[in-house]
Amino acid sequence: MDFGTFLVQCLNSVQYGLLLFLLASGLTLIFGIMGVINLAHGSFYMIGAYMAFSLSPLFGDSFLLMLLAGVALAAVLGYLLEWAFFSYLYQRDHLQQVLMTYGLILVFEELRSILVGNDVHGVPVPAWLDGSFALGGVMSYPWYRLFASAACIVLAIAMYAVVNRTRLGMMIRAGASNRDMVRGLGIDIRRLYRIVFAGGVALAALAGMISAPMSSVYPNMGASVLIICFVVVVIGGIGSITGALVASLLVGFVDTFGKVFFSEISGIGIYLLMAAVLIWRPEGLMGRKT
Amino acid sequence: MSAAAPMTSPVLPSLPADRLTRGLLVPAAAVAVLAVAAPFLGGYASDLVVKVMILAIFALSLELLVGMTGLVSLGHAAFYGIGAYVTVLASGDEGGNLLVLLVASMGLAALYALVVGALSLRTKGVYFIMVTLAFAQMAFFVFHDTPVGGGSDGIYLYVRPAIGPIDLENRLTLFYVVLAALAGTYGLLALIRRSRFGAALAGIRVSEQRMRAVGFPTYFYKLAAFVIAGALAGLAGCLVAARDGVVNPELLAWHNSGEVLLMIILGGLGHLRGAVLGAVAFTLLKELLSTHALVGPLADHWQLSLGLVIIAFVAWLPRGLIGLVQRISPEGSR
Repeated sequence: MDFGTFLVQCLNSVQYGLLLFLLASGLTLIFGIMGVINLAHGSFYMIGAYMAFSLSPLFGDSFLLMLLAGVALAAVLGYLLEWAFFSYLYQRDHLQQVLMTYGLILVFEELRSILVGNDVHGVPVPAWLDGSFALGGVMSYPWYRLFASAACIVLAIAMYAVVNRTRLGMMIRAGASNRDMVRGLGIDIRRLYRIVFAGGVALAALAGMISAPMSSVYPNMGASVLIICFVVVVIGGIGSITGALVASLLVGFVDTFGKVFFSEISGIGIYLLMAAVLIWRPEGLMGRKT
Repeated sequence: MSAAAPMTSPVLPSLPADRLTRGLLVPAAAVAVLAVAAPFLGGYASDLVVKVMILAIFALSLELLVGMTGLVSLGHAAFYGIGAYVTVLASGDEGGNLLVLLVASMGLAALYALVVGALSLRTKGVYFIMVTLAFAQMAFFVFHDTPVGGGSDGIYLYVRPAIGPIDLENRLTLFYVVLAALAGTYGLLALIRRSRFGAALAGIRVSEQRMRAVGFPTYFYKLAAFVIAGALAGLAGCLVAARDGVVNPELLAWHNSGEVLLMIILGGLGHLRGAVLGAVAFTLLKELLSTHALVGPLADHWQLSLGLVIIAFVAWLPRGLIGLVQRISPEGSR
């Protein structure tokens, strides 16, 4: 492996890891704050990707505008779903949460099949991000992937700022560390839940929209990414955004380089990583001991 | 569900003998009826009953974890699939000895359960759900991506297992073998439930901390339950391979884990017959929702209806069909 290839694979790892982070951070917050295990989180990623597929003809080259519209739609969807379904799950045990969100996955997948069909679709890369730049002699790297990484970094910084520097973020952090205390202090916890949930859905959908031009859109794309997100959350520790970031990048590197070196059994690399973390620190890298 | 369960003392009193026999009366009668009816069933009906019975074994094995021990596993299909793959791989072209195949598939499923259990039982609650799911997905990838199991197309079982005069190529023999396996599984779990081991598992479900304080090594109790459940799922997998004559990675897919979890909840957690009832109800529901004559064009989108049924179920009937029966006649059923 020459240096150019190595560099390209590193960039790929970071890009994949950052994308996972957008998904996993929402998942870990929803669990950490509301105590809900949300299997349907992968479906929001799928919905985002199909949104990119359906919206891109309408918006043409104004890709950023499309992302904005998609995020707004997804946030509204998340807000409504929280009101209609998830708000009933807070008092229920994990088993019922698993079941109801599993039911939602079936509904979303089938609605997708009815509305868009079961074919694999490509989503065009916006013209101003088309093409690639040279890297270390023979290798080249597509601009769009660089854009995806940059967008994720911007979002991660924005999220960091919101969580650590704003009043809302203060409530979110407090909710993650002690739900009952927050309620006791007179914070409208239901409103907080609804905002966090809508935010998580918006982030997942955004991840789907960003990845759509790279991966195309296909049925069941949500399920596979959901399980990888679980691995990220388990490695990082539930409720910890920093943990999610570290674990996402770790998983990104292990998966990408696993594909390069052990292509045949690359699928199991991240699970071995998870097993190793479980042996070493069962509560995750940044999780709190319970 | 541990919160909803009635608070029982961690060390359960032993049940009087007459309740033990009474609890097995209805299942024994059901087995007898099936055994007598088997030769008179047509091809389709017999096939469907065998399928339901295999799923019932699978559901019972998960009931040991979820209902009896309070461990919600979302990766149970891995053991089912491993049992099925071992059966086909060990059969070769000539067909295999039924007994050897049963032992091999249950043994290897139990072995994987030992590894997965040892790691995942270090975690609790929602972590446990995610970790079991992830390890099942890992097993899925082993069969899906490597040449060991024929990749995503799976592999065929050319000759069904046999031992002496018992040859599973014969439909009726298959029926009786599966029925015997179901009865055996049910009996074993009923015994476990009433044993000291089962009482300890129930104690762990209600309050693990208290059980530890009393001096039980709860980790090993849970691990033992996990391994037994894995072995029984492997048994169901062995039988499903013999029934279908083909295996593919979909057997290990997480939809399967979700469906079997759904079955035991559909039936009603905490009851062995709930798991069996759930397997029956789930299969019938799936058949019903995908029959054109009954639901019209919706049949093409049965997953949509199934999803809505699940959501409605969680919202209004969280205690399962058994809970419904109990609500209608609070006495009587148990």
